[in-house]
Amino acid sequence: MKKDNKKQEIASPNTSAQQIGRRDIIKGLAAIPVLGAFSYAWLRKNNIDETYRKNMREVVNLTSQPVELAPSVKEGKPIRIGIIGFGIRGKQLMRAAGFPEPTWIDEQIKAHAENKQNTNYQDYMEQEQLNIEINGVCDIFSVYSREAAIAGSNVNREGAAGKMGKEPRQYKTYLELLDAPDIDAVIIAAPDHWHAPMAIEAAKRGKHVYCEKPVSWTVPETYELVRVVKEKGIVFQLGHQGRQTESYTRAKEAIDKNVLGKVNLIEVCTNRNDPNGAWVYDIHPEASPSTIDWAQFLGQAPYHEFSLERFFRWRCWWDYSTGLNGDLLTHEYDALNQIMNLGIPGSVASSGGIYFFKDGRTVPDVLQVVMEFPKQDLSFLYSATLASGRSRGKVIMGHDANMEISDRLVIKADPESTQYKKKIEEGLIDPNTPIYSFTPGKKGADGFATATEQYFASRGLLYTYRNGLRVDTTHLHIKEWLNCIHAGIQPSCNIDRAFEEGISAHMSTKALLENRRVFWDADKQVIV
Amino acid sequence: MSKKHIIASYSNTQTFLLVALRLLLGWYFLYEGIVKIANPDWSSYGYLMDSQGFFAGIFHAMAAKANVVAAADWLNKWGLTLIGLGLLLGFLTQYALFFGMLLLIMYYCSHPPLASVTYLIPQEGSYLWVNKTLIEIFAMALLMVFPTGQIVGIDRFITKWTKK
Repeated sequence: MKKDNKKQEIASPNTSAQQIGRRDIIKGLAAIPVLGAFSYAWLRKNNIDETYRKNMREVVNLTSQPVELAPSVKEGKPIRIGIIGFGIRGKQLMRAAGFPEPTWIDEQIKAHAENKQNTNYQDYMEQEQLNIEINGVCDIFSVYSREAAIAGSNVNREGAAGKMGKEPRQYKTYLELLDAPDIDAVIIAAPDHWHAPMAIEAAKRGKHVYCEKPVSWTVPETYELVRVVKEKGIVFQLGHQGRQTESYTRAKEAIDKNVLGKVNLIEVCTNRNDPNGAWVYDIHPEASPSTIDWAQFLGQAPYHEFSLERFFRWRCWWDYSTGLNGDLLTHEYDALNQIMNLGIPGSVASSGGIYFFKDGRTVPDVLQVVMEFPKQDLSFLYSATLASGRSRGKVIMGHDANMEISDRLVIKADPESTQYKKKIEEGLIDPNTPIYSFTPGKKGADGFATATEQYFASRGLLYTYRNGLRVDTTHLHIKEWLNCIHAGIQPSCNIDRAFEEGISAHMSTKALLENRRVFWDADKQVIV
Repeated sequence: MSKKHIIASYSNTQTFLLVALRLLLGWYFLYEGIVKIANPDWSSYGYLMDSQGFFAGIFHAMAAKANVVAAADWLNKWGLTLIGLGLLLGFLTQYALFFGMLLLIMYYCSHPPLASVTYLIPQEGSYLWVNKTLIEIFAMALLMVFPTGQIVGIDRFITKWTKK
């Protein structure tokens, strides 16, 4: 302790200011070795990280660059569009196509003024223009028809006070719209029981079709639609915008490169927990028998007297709807069909019930569907509830690894994997740590996101402002369709994929309603 | 000037511990800065959005502006690195401490460990009102009133050169 009493000496007023002695140099630079140690530690850490990355790249060699945006729609003569159906989905589709309702624009501007974090308006205005014209609209509810016409004239994407362009013509029936010579292509967003009849009539007239999912309401019309679309050679796109999701593209690459080994089980889900998610939509105050063409709404559906519930909440009745099977199972099925080329299942079993929304509906709000794909040696399990928000991702289970897909994509090796056995034993792969993780918008992709990054990414808080825009997948899906019309080729969710989607959904509905397992006879191309 | 006379009276142990504390803080700042510079995808956006408590509105507003986020990114990357280097080398130590405290105060205000909040950022410990950031702030304040740059550090030369 005595040594401690020796006082430290620094530049005391008595020492000459200019003179720096050996002692000063030693003391002045005494911390340099610590910097040396820091550099060593840092290089070593980099080295370890790089070795790990290199290893992972050897194991999972997937593209690390973001999926590139498709080229802009061709300039010159615009494609002339008609829209049939301007309900919730119709409005979204028109917006995605670049024709928002002026009132929607005003709402977004207001929302941004109230909350600067809400950048919907800014994001929307950055959405690319698709070089189309809206020449005709048709909705059998006069209020929606009028709204569609106004949206169709909103060429500059302005609010109510803005300058509108030429208003598209309002048609009382879809057939009149389809007969119009100034319409090249139609977007169909009518209820399920109208999808195929409208698409068939459009195709017969040589009009290109973007049709909302599911492709059809009955089995026979599905065959008819395929026949007419192929015969007429029109460009058909089914509205599964998931086709444009970046993580699905990456998931497909992982499957193609056999990263998961032999896949034997797929688990996909729907979880919603609010009336809107359960199709209990608002009833418009101006809706009445005088503003709605009820007879046209019914179409091929069984007769029922005028009902506002049935008109606005048609998804709740088999009379017009395809239930969870057509509305939500199809999204999951199409995602997996895109990733794994599933095709039509060999057999389907299904069960469920109306367990929560006892509001007079006839379609279940809880549903399980099991599809068997004997050719691929795998089962596809769909599980849905409209009354619990417990979120479950899409999980693809393989012998060597499993993959979970949400907005992100995470692959983890299986501890008992054959393919990775050696690397696991050598400690080069840790089954508890992702061997690959991908977050849309992030430049690189590897299994190396820090814990913090992973937390942020899972809440969608990462990279939002970094690598360009947040792009609406529906917009991209319409854009692909338009590009294909210009190029004369078929898009990603073409009529063949639509047929597979439609038949798979019909098989699950049939299995549920007939309370039996139904089979696909691939030779005869019929459900048995 | 009178403060400098106080410095002259540290014991060896006192100097050793004060310098060690400075070096540890310097190491910590430097590495936090360098990992951010080395990661092209790093952004302060998520952290700003995760803010809660009295000042959350300010930090959220910052996150909403891309150019503010870009500035915050730059200031964090280079600020942390330069502060770290300053503390390690004993170079402009008092300034490094001052700006270091400023950064830490911002971190504390953006993520106060209040009883009522939970953050997305995983925490390895349990904190209530007092967290490591707050302790670091006080450790740095302590180093400001017990300076060591002039004893062990490049500031020793600066002091000599500037002295007439």
